[in-house]
Amino acid sequence: MAAIGLTHFLVVSLLVFLAGMFCVLTRRNAIGILMGVELILNSANINYLAFARYSSGNYDGQMFAIFVIMLAAAEAAIGLAIVLGIYQTFHTIDVDATDTLRL
Amino acid sequence: MHEMTHEAITAVSYLRWVVLLPLLGAVVNGLGGAWIQKRFGKGAISFLACTPVLGAFAFAVAGFLHLRSMPAESRVLLDHLFAWIHVGSLNVDVAFQLDPLSAVMILIVTGVGGLIHIYSTGYMHDDPAYWRFFAYLNLFTFAMLTLVLGDNMLLMFVGWEGVGLCSYALIGFWYSEWANASAGSKAFIVNRVGDFGFMLGTFLLFWSLSDAGHPTLVFREIVDYVPLIEGYQFGGFAAVTVITLLMFVGATGKSAQIPLFVWLPDAMAGPTPVSALIHAATMVTAGVYMIARLSALFVLAPATLDVIAVIGAATALFAATIGTTQNDIKKVLAYSTVSQLGFMFIAMGAGAFAVGVFHLMTHAFFKACLFLGSGSVIHAMHHEQDMRKMGGLKKWMPQTYWTFVISTLAIAGIPFFSGFISKDEILWKAYSSGHTFVWLAGLCAAALTAFYMFRLVYMTFEGECRADHHTQEHIHESPLSMTAPLMILAFLAATAGVLNWPHALFGGSAFSNWLAPVLEHGGAHDAHATVHAGGEHAVETIEYALMVVSVAIALAGIFVARAVYGTKTLSPDTVADLAGGKIYRTVYNKYYVDELYEATVVNGTLALTRLSAWFDSNIIDGIVNGSALVVRMVSWVNGQFDKYVVDGMVNGVASATSFFGGRVRRLQTGSINAYLYVIVLAVIGAMVAQVL
Repeated sequence: MAAIGLTHFLVVSLLVFLAGMFCVLTRRNAIGILMGVELILNSANINYLAFARYSSGNYDGQMFAIFVIMLAAAEAAIGLAIVLGIYQTFHTIDVDATDTLRL
Repeated sequence: MHEMTHEAITAVSYLRWVVLLPLLGAVVNGLGGAWIQKRFGKGAISFLACTPVLGAFAFAVAGFLHLRSMPAESRVLLDHLFAWIHVGSLNVDVAFQLDPLSAVMILIVTGVGGLIHIYSTGYMHDDPAYWRFFAYLNLFTFAMLTLVLGDNMLLMFVGWEGVGLCSYALIGFWYSEWANASAGSKAFIVNRVGDFGFMLGTFLLFWSLSDAGHPTLVFREIVDYVPLIEGYQFGGFAAVTVITLLMFVGATGKSAQIPLFVWLPDAMAGPTPVSALIHAATMVTAGVYMIARLSALFVLAPATLDVIAVIGAATALFAATIGTTQNDIKKVLAYSTVSQLGFMFIAMGAGAFAVGVFHLMTHAFFKACLFLGSGSVIHAMHHEQDMRKMGGLKKWMPQTYWTFVISTLAIAGIPFFSGFISKDEILWKAYSSGHTFVWLAGLCAAALTAFYMFRLVYMTFEGECRADHHTQEHIHESPLSMTAPLMILAFLAATAGVLNWPHALFGGSAFSNWLAPVLEHGGAHDAHATVHAGGEHAVETIEYALMVVSVAIALAGIFVARAVYGTKTLSPDTVADLAGGKIYRTVYNKYYVDELYEATVVNGTLALTRLSAWFDSNIIDGIVNGSALVVRMVSWVNGQFDKYVVDGMVNGVASATSFFGGRVRRLQTGSINAYLYVIVLAVIGAMVAQVL
């Protein structure tokens, strides 16, 4: 069995991404969609760190990963605030019910 | 001669105040009168109105004394204000000229005018538009003074029109009654006819003088240069004859002679002081003044002088006959004024200009007194003017009565009153210049004058009072402000004759001598010479004989009036019924002259109006409506193009957008999952496309 290399990280990242994508596409619950988005973001983080470790010699990848985490925190805050707003207006967080902008 | 005249002129600067003071009064009262009357009362208005006229009188007296102190041949004062019109060869200045003739006129205008102003403060006292009356009266005084003091034809014309305007405004002073307003319009329109003649005459005169190389409208220069145009012709007639006839047309309008006299009797609609000032003493004499002023021109046209004499005599007689039948006290005096103006024109026509101007002056005194006396009566009778409802008034109004009688004696030609001196002189001049028929007509008019004036006195002041009981109780003598002017005027009416006491009565004809430097001596002079051929003694005999005849005939008129209206030995009805009453009715209805004008001039004008209206409504309106129709059709086509082509394109774009928008709208589902699917599929599609 070979030592753990770049490919292993990329496979993990792909699995996480697909799980997130699946979650986003199938959930009708707004919170579930937000969770899926978090998974997608973290799969991107794994990619950054893996490429940073195995390709270049500098810390650019790590820097971007920190930015993404920060961005994810902000996104979660705003997303949850929107979800709360939706719940107050529609008394549900089912995204299929919030189609009043449709003509 | 031209140069000489100019050297003889003395320049002064006070003459302008004679003219400007009344203007100042008119402006102050005209613009601020309503406020002043409300704030300070009618006394302030009276003060503001009378002071300028009395001030002007003071300046007039000063000017007169100044003239008297100068040698007779150079008696001209000139007050040059400013250059007015200087265009090409036409040079007209605003300048006032005082010479013996205008001195007489301004003394009459400001003197008699001042008395009438004072009288008006009493007569108009209860009128709410008190200030307006005095503003007009001052404006009239200003215009009349401009007329007589202006040193050229144009300035005279300004005054000429100005007095016409004020006359119009004052005749219609009580304009809320239709009859008064229309009387004002009638006066103005009839005067316009005359003014047209006057203007044409002025133009022709200027034209002729320009042809002669001396374009001028200044009186002093006209006098010098008119001999140059004596031989000129207009359409086969002598130019001077055409010019003077046109100017005489103007005089017939302003001075109410045949055929333009019709406005003056109607002008009695105005307040009585106005009748006295404008329609007896001053404005109506403007025509006489104008002829005297241009006497140098008129003597060159003997044919015109004959026309003037005949028209004057006809008017004198004609108006006197109407005067005998009228029952309105002011109408009698109005026709009397027309008749007396006729006498003045007889004098003018006979070439005796000074005598005519003298009659103008004495007439101003006694006729102003008569009118103001009648005003006093009307005031006492609560604006009753019908003499049939008067009678016996001397009991209540002794001062009015006596002043009235004195003036009546003057106008009737009773010896040694002013009217006798002036009228007798006119008749003598008419006779001695060979106008025998004119003299005869004048004599008859004089007899009728004596008759109708005493008829007036008997009907108004003598006998029993025929007014109703209520009116009788309120009859009273007028206040001092009204009786004082009456007394002064009556005094002048009685004594003014001494100013021109004739040679035949051992006088000096001072008035005629005073005017001699200004006036020409026309036909009378030559004819006088022919009478003179019989010897000095024979002339005097004839003059005495004529004097006796005219006195006798005046007395006859008075006795007839006394017999009919005083002692009633002769019933007026028997006189009226002569010839089946037809004569009486014709005269009573003023010979139907108004009806004649109504039928010809007025209806002719109305017919022309109707023709114009028809032309307007059918031809002009047809053209207008036709062009409107064409425009409407063009714009209809335009509208259709706009509606279907232009709007169609705009609407087409809009509906196409709407159609495609409706299709594309389906994409917007509002479902987040659907959007995500699209995004993912698109990304996958893009990646696949990249790889391939």
